[in-house]
Amino acid sequence: MLQILVEALAKTYRVAERAPGLAGALRGLVRRRWREVHALADVSFSLEAGELLAFIGPNGAGKSTTVKILSGILRPTSGRVEVGGLVPYEDRIRHVARIGVVFGQRSQLWWDLPVIDGFDLLADIYRVEPTRYRHRRDELVAMLRLEPLLDQPVRQLSLGQRMRAEFAAALLHDPAILFLDEPTIGLDAPSKLAVRAFVRRLNREQGVTVLLTTHDMHDVEALAERVIVIGQGRLLADGPFASLRAGVLAERRLHVDFAGPAPELDLPRVTVRARTERSLELAFDPTDIPAPKLIALITASHAVEDVHVDEPAIEEVIARFYDLHDAHEA
Amino acid sequence: MQALRPYLAAFRARFQLMLQYRAAALAGFATQCWWGVLRIMIFAAFYGVHAAAAPISLADAITYVWLGQALLALLPWVADPEIGQAVRSGGIGYDRLRPLDAYSYWYARTLGWMLARAAPRAALMALAAGLVLPLAGLGAWAWQPPPSLAAALLFVPAFALMTALGAAIVMLANIIVAASLNERGVNAVLTPLLIVFSGTLLPLDFFPDALRPFLHVQPFAGLVDIPFRIYFADLAGGAALQGLALQAGWTVVLIGLGRLAIDRTMRRLEMQGG
Repeated sequence: MLQILVEALAKTYRVAERAPGLAGALRGLVRRRWREVHALADVSFSLEAGELLAFIGPNGAGKSTTVKILSGILRPTSGRVEVGGLVPYEDRIRHVARIGVVFGQRSQLWWDLPVIDGFDLLADIYRVEPTRYRHRRDELVAMLRLEPLLDQPVRQLSLGQRMRAEFAAALLHDPAILFLDEPTIGLDAPSKLAVRAFVRRLNREQGVTVLLTTHDMHDVEALAERVIVIGQGRLLADGPFASLRAGVLAERRLHVDFAGPAPELDLPRVTVRARTERSLELAFDPTDIPAPKLIALITASHAVEDVHVDEPAIEEVIARFYDLHDAHEA
Repeated sequence: MQALRPYLAAFRARFQLMLQYRAAALAGFATQCWWGVLRIMIFAAFYGVHAAAAPISLADAITYVWLGQALLALLPWVADPEIGQAVRSGGIGYDRLRPLDAYSYWYARTLGWMLARAAPRAALMALAAGLVLPLAGLGAWAWQPPPSLAAALLFVPAFALMTALGAAIVMLANIIVAASLNERGVNAVLTPLLIVFSGTLLPLDFFPDALRPFLHVQPFAGLVDIPFRIYFADLAGGAALQGLALQAGWTVVLIGLGRLAIDRTMRRLEMQGG
């Protein structure tokens, strides 16, 4: 079942521009010049119910703008958006009752209220029927291990604890779709793992459709079967991460520790990425030269203590991808 | 009831939260006692020279001052600081994610904020100026009860409308804050308007004759001058009903204006960064 449909989505902001310095400020008083910023230029995609989609892209690419439009906070300049058959910004009240949103950089819980009071208030705001609310709340409290935090005011929680509470807050009304805007930002490693495990469980066991934006590529590896890359307001790729990696950066890395000083190697189509006194890092394409053959070539002529092969980190793949598409922040 | 549930909850939450600020309430009470005494001394000096020229008796003027000091926090002095903060922090985005009528949601919260600020101060002031002063033998300077049952009964809707009207004015300020992303400008304009036109500075009948036709029909009159004169029966019978009608009329008009304005503002809302 198609749940989210986005066609030719564009969002343009008008930004006042002024020349630097006092003279510029004075001129700005009289005549203001405007510059148009295309946060989203032309983005189209669709999402089936139960899918888990990650949105990635450099800062300023338009990820958050997309989430804000899909959740009904912003109106697009043009294009067509439907979420569960509704146009979010036209039918806001009915639409937002069916979605949950977590912004990693903001809080939806009341700073001075104990966590549990915030939950009660949200249940009232979403008009959740009391028995259903208690059931749902207890379920989320158990899944997110919130029991010891319920009586604490939100301001006393650590960021990791708060994010767990934020997830519960976003799900009390049992939304069919969950939007996550950088949900793991600033979290420590165990909290990130907990958030990922929870999101995966929510998606697999309860069938909640999830659309998340992130800069943390481990989120992408751990969670998403499908990745959309946007840059400068345009969609650059849409598909499984593995195919993105294959298309961008097929190379592998060979790390070699030598028994003596690292030698000068002269191998065709193999580049030296880094060298220390006794070690080399080589980059090669396994279709040109398979790893065993390369290792055999080196060990045949040099005394080698250790070798290992790895792939470029996902960050590097993405950075290379942004380079290829000239998608860095303007 | 189900329809009102979110708004009642938002009101209650804000009211309870604001009641926590005991130190602020005590400080406010102390300030308002000080200003109350000062203003009564000025009135006493004026009545000592020009009693015949005064539109109301000194006793009524004193009650007017105490009532005003007690209910000071119920007046629309500034935009709701929570809105300004939500606009700056981007928390306003979350407000847009609630399946609620935007105006009613903010109105309920603003009302909770104003009433919770006013309640403890009013109670303390009633105790001090209405009970302690007479017991101390200073009855002439005390806050008097309404002179008749009719006046007391008429003050109930007058008080309710003064509150509703005040919140409607704060809502307009809130919306301007949301549209301009800054509360300083609005507050700088709102506060002096309130002081002069509500009758907080002086009952409106103390102003020059030429200004009075205007002063008695503008919305701020419904906040202090009209309800307080209903309290001590300076406005009674038909005149009191006229006063109530003016309060109700302005409340409806300003809520209507606010609703139009909030829709326009929210359409243009931009939530940047992050």
